[in-house]
Amino acid sequence: MKRFSIFSIARNALTGHRHWEKMWRSPDPKREYDVVIIGGGGHGLGAAYFLAKEHGITNVAVLEKGWLGGGNTGRNTMTVRSNFLREDSVPFHEMSLDLYHQLSRDLNYNLMVSQRGMITFIQSSAANRIALQMANTMHIYGAEYRMLTLDEVKQKIPIFDPSPNMRLPVRGGVYQPRASMVRHDAVAWGFARAADARGVDIIQNCEVTGIQQEKGAVTGVETTRGLIKAKKVGMAVAGHGSVVASMVGQRLPITTQPLQAWVSEPVKPVLNEIVVIRSYYGTYLMQSDKGEIVVGQGADPYPSYAQRGTFPIIEDATTSMLEVFPSFGRLKLLRHWAGMLDIPYDGSPIISKTNTCGFYIDVAGSGGFKTTPAAANTFAHLIAKDTPHPLAEKLGLERFSSGRLIQEGGVSANR
Amino acid sequence: MLEIPCPWCGPRNETEFVCAGEADRKRPANPEAETEEAWADYLFNTTNPKGVVREWWWHVSGCTRWFQIDRDTVTHEITPVKDPSK
Repeated sequence: MKRFSIFSIARNALTGHRHWEKMWRSPDPKREYDVVIIGGGGHGLGAAYFLAKEHGITNVAVLEKGWLGGGNTGRNTMTVRSNFLREDSVPFHEMSLDLYHQLSRDLNYNLMVSQRGMITFIQSSAANRIALQMANTMHIYGAEYRMLTLDEVKQKIPIFDPSPNMRLPVRGGVYQPRASMVRHDAVAWGFARAADARGVDIIQNCEVTGIQQEKGAVTGVETTRGLIKAKKVGMAVAGHGSVVASMVGQRLPITTQPLQAWVSEPVKPVLNEIVVIRSYYGTYLMQSDKGEIVVGQGADPYPSYAQRGTFPIIEDATTSMLEVFPSFGRLKLLRHWAGMLDIPYDGSPIISKTNTCGFYIDVAGSGGFKTTPAAANTFAHLIAKDTPHPLAEKLGLERFSSGRLIQEGGVSANR
Repeated sequence: MLEIPCPWCGPRNETEFVCAGEADRKRPANPEAETEEAWADYLFNTTNPKGVVREWWWHVSGCTRWFQIDRDTVTHEITPVKDPSK
């Protein structure tokens, strides 16, 4: 891998950008690998990268049925944050933020991390109580989460000019300064380039159609490009977890639901922070680096694999945004999309072994983009050592039979 | 926007309903005899198919009655079932 630097940009500019090397090879699959990862999104590519970097396992293939970054890694709203309720969630998401802030350097790839901060409006006494509880838990783990008065909120968001007639008046806010926006497909591309440089084979247009096992242990995967043998198989497929896990007869405590977002035409900078209004529904908006206003809300209220959303959510979130920011009523909407979430029953990620020996699962949880580096790192640890990473010890499937759920109210998609 | 065929009110907008999950769950007949894993499977695990699923829906903002439909999770095509309240 040739390193990207100011000199490589200058050198390639002088030669008309004709000699950039390919970011990753596109090899034919080998007959056998030590580890096969199903799913070439951020989680799968990241797991392959950490397997190679931290555990020295480089005989690894990542199988992607489409193209890199073309799945749900490219269908989220780029927000990373760690404002969660439970003491098992906060350190895990803090690890993710730490990694996001150093990965651009480690990967030699610009993830365009933009530390904007996130403000959640407080519009009820219940929201105030939850915010205080979250702030206390987060402070234990060194994460800053600060209460703001209404005046401080207005100072940070000059365009916010609340009407006295709002149905739920804004009383103040709560602020996570370290919440950031990260260029989402760059996460997939950066991990892919760095993993490939360490010898990982990335195989696109290769859909897994079956998983072979013998005496309760996996022996390989059947794909549209033939049989690939493997001692260990890791599943990191957002939005298709139940489909792939059913290939080994594993049932999962998840439902697959779309999470929508839509963006306006680009305008000049008006909004620095990521703003969450009506925290119960998780309605949020932000301004992208391109200037578009991005709006989203919680997941659609029923299971679907359709990769498109239902209109009532758009109507509901847009009208509640207009109550707080009436001037955005002049904006025209340009694009709309839906990403697929595999939402676990308790809203927290599942990084776990299964009943089939050598078959491991990473179910991202409600909104898997923010967990990408931490999930990838702890998933690689689980695959390499066959024991969970200390930060993911409580995230196994056992929690559903032991009753020790990690019920999260801080997720973007409440059940 | 889905149009959900309520067996008693006819087709109504999805905003009047709550999707209450898969209809094929069977509560264990002898609860004391079940293992923790079997309970977890009944309480939390889903089939979550990519395709047709039989679901409970609740017409909460209408007649408030419960019924089942078959719904395709890819095309969103809905087929009423013969005996919707079973």
